[in-house]
Amino acid sequence: MVVLLSIWFVVSYLLGIVFVEPLNQFHLGGFPLGFWFAQQGSIFVFIALTLVYALAMDRIDRRHGVDGGPPLGRSKDSSETVE
Amino acid sequence: MNIQGWTYLLVGITFSVYIGIAIWSRVGTTSGFYVAGRGIPPLANGMATAADWMSAASFISMAGLISFMGYTGTIYLMGWTGGYVLLALLLAPYLRKYGRYTIPEFVGDRYYSQTARVIAVFCAIFVSFTYVAGQMRGVGVVFSRFLEVDVTIGVIIGVGIVFFYAVIGGMRGITYTQVAQFCVLIVAYLIPAVAISWKMTGWAIPQIGFGATLIEGQYAGMALLETLDAIHRDLGLPEYTGAWVGGKKSMVDVLAITMALMVGTAGLPHVLIRFYTVPNARAARWSAMWALIFIGLLYTTAPAVSAFARVNMIETLNEQPYTSAPEWFKSWEGTGLIVFKDRNGDGLIQYSGNAGKNELTVDRDIMVLANPEIAKLPAWVVALVAAGGLAAALSTAAGLLLVISASVSHDLLKSVMWKDMPQNVELRMARIAAAFAVIVAGILGIYPPGFVAQVVAFAFGLAAASFFPILLLGIFDKRTTKEGAISGMLLGIGFTAAYIIWFRFVDPTATADQWLFGISPEGIGTIGMVLNFIVAITVSRFTSPPPIDVQSMIEDIRAPGGNRDT
Repeated sequence: MVVLLSIWFVVSYLLGIVFVEPLNQFHLGGFPLGFWFAQQGSIFVFIALTLVYALAMDRIDRRHGVDGGPPLGRSKDSSETVE
Repeated sequence: MNIQGWTYLLVGITFSVYIGIAIWSRVGTTSGFYVAGRGIPPLANGMATAADWMSAASFISMAGLISFMGYTGTIYLMGWTGGYVLLALLLAPYLRKYGRYTIPEFVGDRYYSQTARVIAVFCAIFVSFTYVAGQMRGVGVVFSRFLEVDVTIGVIIGVGIVFFYAVIGGMRGITYTQVAQFCVLIVAYLIPAVAISWKMTGWAIPQIGFGATLIEGQYAGMALLETLDAIHRDLGLPEYTGAWVGGKKSMVDVLAITMALMVGTAGLPHVLIRFYTVPNARAARWSAMWALIFIGLLYTTAPAVSAFARVNMIETLNEQPYTSAPEWFKSWEGTGLIVFKDRNGDGLIQYSGNAGKNELTVDRDIMVLANPEIAKLPAWVVALVAAGGLAAALSTAAGLLLVISASVSHDLLKSVMWKDMPQNVELRMARIAAAFAVIVAGILGIYPPGFVAQVVAFAFGLAAASFFPILLLGIFDKRTTKEGAISGMLLGIGFTAAYIIWFRFVDPTATADQWLFGISPEGIGTIGMVLNFIVAITVSRFTSPPPIDVQSMIEDIRAPGGNRDT
């Protein structure tokens, strides 16, 4: 998780904002690179991060033998409960 | 059929669908009303979250704002997506595992304090009302332009629809309507974007067309972004892709605003409660991922739309005779959102970075709505965009209204005033509260405070400064006490609100030099958040630790496995 959050920080704040000008000297197709990270790349990276996290946590759940439950299946509390 | 005919048709169809869903999914229990019986599959919840999230500001205003801001528009793109990483990793699965119905309820239990809960209720209500006002104004703008009815009547129609499905269907009705609304809004956003990208660059995918070479018009053969930079230089404006040039925001400010929006996203109650509607923590993680994919679809398209619209607008209007201006120009002029003032009397429209020479003022809110017309797309596409804008505004409004309703009926009435209120009474109270909130929202929409995106940006600052630190510490730091949480929240929201009120209403002409560290009111939530963290942690170390049962509850929600709710 720390790794994922570090990537989140580096991509959005460092690549997309702090180092945007130096990166803009490079080009990715018709995009200045820093600008691309800021307006496109960062969002793709965010999606990848949540995907990796969901997969990794599924694996941890399985290793502990506590299946988090099928996300689509019924678990006992999906019935209407009254507090 | 003309634009107006198509708009009536498409808006009529989509509204009937929403009403149909509301009748089909009506609920009879508090669990159904507050959390849709916790039976929503992650994919559907992802769509509902995306629609809940993408408001009138995202759909209508954002691309327009970016179009005028260029690089600086990044604050919205990253700010309104990056928060989902925080949400998926740090909050959503844990809050889901704890169960319950509302965010203030978690705060109250975790900090063993009714005071903390009541403060959280007021933060939630305040943030939600600020935000909902912007949505209703969005509804009004769409109605007044495309159906040529008065803004007031537009707002009343919107209020009527939301009233119907939120009050009858509760969270279940809202969720399935939001799924439908997501489909409408994403199709409405992508079709014109793809068409314009195809027309201007020959690439059907806007994300690629954004970086491609133009194939039509006077700039054919040049890369789109290069063209924009060149046009901007010619007009005396700072370069479109340039970061810290001209009158653009400073780096510190961009960092602060991006952070405030991200953290605010993760602290917005109407987004958080969406994760209560899925069966378990695992489903919460997956639905955060789906939500981000669906949001990303629009958010990676938006900056491309901004760039296309910018080139198109300047190419179509600049140095053209006013008398031969296209039809859409005239119809938007009628709403007062485009203003042309022929300063030098030559009958030509001149757009310029020099305020003394500029003759054209275009409201940022209309770029997305006007874009299909500017690009000369067929009438049904224009109408589709109108229906999409309404879907975006109504879906977000409904989510917010549910937060307000649950806060009042569940957190204030049930837990503080009348503890053993029977379920059927609580349900009726929730419906009355929702009805009342809808009407207040409508009034705010008719008499709107400021323009859509700006109002919404403040809601983020306040959410960032109040909820995020308290929720995060509540989950990851057992030592945080009720005294710490209460003082942190009060200071965070007090500081942020005071700063915003001061620099927006008392002294709105202040420049960056007078701002604290050069941070504008939009970004100040970041400082509010830091203050909240510092105070909450410090005060907690000087007060007696939380009771054992609270500590074991925290350990429990962090352990992998099943749910805590009954």
